[in-house]
Amino acid sequence: MSNIDLTRRRVLKTGAVAGAGLALPTIFTSGAHAFTNEPMGGSVTLGFNVPQSGPYADEGADELRAFQLAVEHLNGMGDGGMLNTFSSKALEGNGILGKKVEFVTGDTQTKSDAARASAKSMIEKDGAIMISGGSSSGVAVAVQGLCQEAGVIFMAGLTHSNDTTGKDKKANGFRHFFNAYMSGAALAPVLAARYGTDRNAYHLTADYTWGWTQEESIAAATEALGWNTVNKVRTPLGAGDFSSYITPVLQTDADVLILNHYGGDMVNSLTNAVQFGLRDKMVNNKNFEIVVPLFSRLMARGAGENIQGILGSTNWHWSLQDEGSKAFVKSFGTKYGFPPSQAAHTCYVQTLLYADAVARAGSFNPCAVAEALEGYEFDGLGNGKTLYRADDHQCFKDVLVVRGKENPTSEFDLLEVVEVTPASQVTYAPDHPMFAGGALGACNAG
Amino acid sequence: MLGLNKKDTTFLLIVIALTIATPIILQPFAEGSELAQFNGGYPDLMQKIAIFGIFAVGFNILFGLTGYLSFGHAAFLGIGSYAAVWMMKLLTMNVIPAILLAMIVSGLFAAAIGYVSLRRSGIYFSILTLAFAQMSYKMAYSVLTPLTNGETGLQLSLDDPRILDGAMEGTSLPVTNIFGIAMNSSYKLEALGRVFTFNVGFYFCALIAIIAFYVAIRLFRSPFGMMLRAVKSNQQRMTYTGLDPKPYTLAAFVISGMYAGLAGGLLAAMDPLAGADRMLWTASGEVVIMTILGGAGTLMGPVLGAGVIKYLENIFSKINETVLHGWFHWLPDGIEDVVIWVFARFTGEGWHLTLGVTFMLVVTFLPGGLVEGLKRISTRIKHGSQKRDKYDDPDPEHRPEASKHVA
Repeated sequence: MSNIDLTRRRVLKTGAVAGAGLALPTIFTSGAHAFTNEPMGGSVTLGFNVPQSGPYADEGADELRAFQLAVEHLNGMGDGGMLNTFSSKALEGNGILGKKVEFVTGDTQTKSDAARASAKSMIEKDGAIMISGGSSSGVAVAVQGLCQEAGVIFMAGLTHSNDTTGKDKKANGFRHFFNAYMSGAALAPVLAARYGTDRNAYHLTADYTWGWTQEESIAAATEALGWNTVNKVRTPLGAGDFSSYITPVLQTDADVLILNHYGGDMVNSLTNAVQFGLRDKMVNNKNFEIVVPLFSRLMARGAGENIQGILGSTNWHWSLQDEGSKAFVKSFGTKYGFPPSQAAHTCYVQTLLYADAVARAGSFNPCAVAEALEGYEFDGLGNGKTLYRADDHQCFKDVLVVRGKENPTSEFDLLEVVEVTPASQVTYAPDHPMFAGGALGACNAG
Repeated sequence: MLGLNKKDTTFLLIVIALTIATPIILQPFAEGSELAQFNGGYPDLMQKIAIFGIFAVGFNILFGLTGYLSFGHAAFLGIGSYAAVWMMKLLTMNVIPAILLAMIVSGLFAAAIGYVSLRRSGIYFSILTLAFAQMSYKMAYSVLTPLTNGETGLQLSLDDPRILDGAMEGTSLPVTNIFGIAMNSSYKLEALGRVFTFNVGFYFCALIAIIAFYVAIRLFRSPFGMMLRAVKSNQQRMTYTGLDPKPYTLAAFVISGMYAGLAGGLLAAMDPLAGADRMLWTASGEVVIMTILGGAGTLMGPVLGAGVIKYLENIFSKINETVLHGWFHWLPDGIEDVVIWVFARFTGEGWHLTLGVTFMLVVTFLPGGLVEGLKRISTRIKHGSQKRDKYDDPDPEHRPEASKHVA
């Protein structure tokens, strides 16, 4: 009885599927497309994958604002922002190649797994042709790998680890943001000038890919100055309370504390360090100093007055006075009522750069887009002259060394630019040991 | 058929039919329509539903039958994933050895953790398993970084040995496959204004899910399953009759750990990456919620629960304010903003709230989970809405009430 049932079901099932297939002429397999998610209609979908929860949620929210602004400008709405100052004039404000730009968003939760699931659903369900965003290097590396497999372009958001364009670089992935090596190279001369060349440094490091490369880079740069590294301690991501890591610092003869932390972690570790009176201490007849290699305005706001006088580096700051930055700050400020963060800036620029590359290539094919981006030199996007290097898909541009402002005039005016380190000083060879071990591979169009 | 009675055979056949038709069932709305947002018939989601279905079915063998509430099952999921990815790095991209190793390794871990944890029952057992899972998570995150690649997660790379696959051709990463058929290849069928995606990976997961489900049915109906139920209903009485419950509970724990490992291995087979986040306590909590939401101790419940949660997670979290704006643009401005604000709390990053409310409602009004809801509906359809009074006893034989879930 049940056996008959089984066959009948199977027969009915197969019959129904086959019938549906035969009755309708429009059948195609994925092979009918030239590449993954080729836009067919009058619109093109971009996927913005940002942390909406977790330790980097503030950065994520700001990235999303920047993406919305970029899409507006690409579609010819608003005041056009940096499209007016961008050195390339391929974009006309009518979407990309005449197709209206639409977007979908997802939550990375700052977890590799969740970020990949969310990027996957954007590619498989919503037909996203490009994925951008993210605020953690771990996530960026994971999503970059996924985009390489799926055959779409990945325009990295805020990711500062050397690995993103170092050992984990991929042909379909591109990074505009600067990296840990550049932070070290830009900071070292300023540190030498202010704190001397005879110092003992103690490192506290966020325990993941970004922290490791940040620690390696800044330690190498400071040791080259003649500094001595006392200890390197790894702390878990999102530890909350760092007092147990700060107390041992007092037992050593260290006179500089380097906090390789970002976001909420940095806010907490810096606050703990200040509470323990580190900044008022004298060690070896020298004033105890704290250095935060990667700074952002959102972190400065979180840390309040503890940040005053502390040195760090940043990719971009809204107080820059070039035309591109002014145009971006103006349109962002008009729409949202406050200035953008560096995360917002890099995401906005990445979206524009992607759209521009498509327009110049005349195709959405990821391989054509990658080719248009490789070795591309541009200007007017807030960082001066910039090069997208073909060897590792990393942007080379000026790096800002900043300091927490002593007398902030508003809740946004927290950082002052100490020095603009020229791009030539932070450029390294593609086969630099800190970036070795990976290969771009060939571009994948799906 | 296959050692099942007639009722179970029909049940299994219905499950098979539903699984085969999943790509069609989950794609009910026409492409381009306002409701297309709610379509869930894309490979990643379907695979996740099948995989977490396996995970929950396995969890239910322990929790539903013996009543031992493990709060650390995600550890086995994570261990399975790591084992599978290592197999793909070292041996071959074929998923079969990866999945086998995943089950073996997680089975060994389950035996070790179970041996210690099962010395206690009730809340102490839960806490012990939770502690072991958090320990595994922390270790994967820090000291075991050479094995697990820490926070970034274990990934494939071009220079992995992969000794069985021979020389690498080309310069892009290989994809997971089963005897040469790539897991990510799909057949797309455009019909009735909808695009149906028939994905190899999904059908592979579905096949394994059906086998796992069949094994679970056999376990539920076996004398061994009866022993496990005895553990749940009264362990003391069982001891007094001269039976030692330990071997039974340990076996159940290991079986359910291997189910979790199988699910973890499948996750890696669909997407070759293993992250420590998979072992986090929230992931362990998720499978508990899946099982209770669907109906603990029932066969179909955990699968239903897994489906509902994965659907909510993937579909509701994607509804952002722009989408809401598209839905409510016909409302007057002031009211629209209010409506969008309210809905935005429950969608996008607020999908947890939707899940929480659903869970609360189910636990309050349907203590037996979604399965109980379905049962009530089917009784209503069979017997109409006739009122019952005290003389119309639904259980004239006065059978004892079902026992509570937690031992």
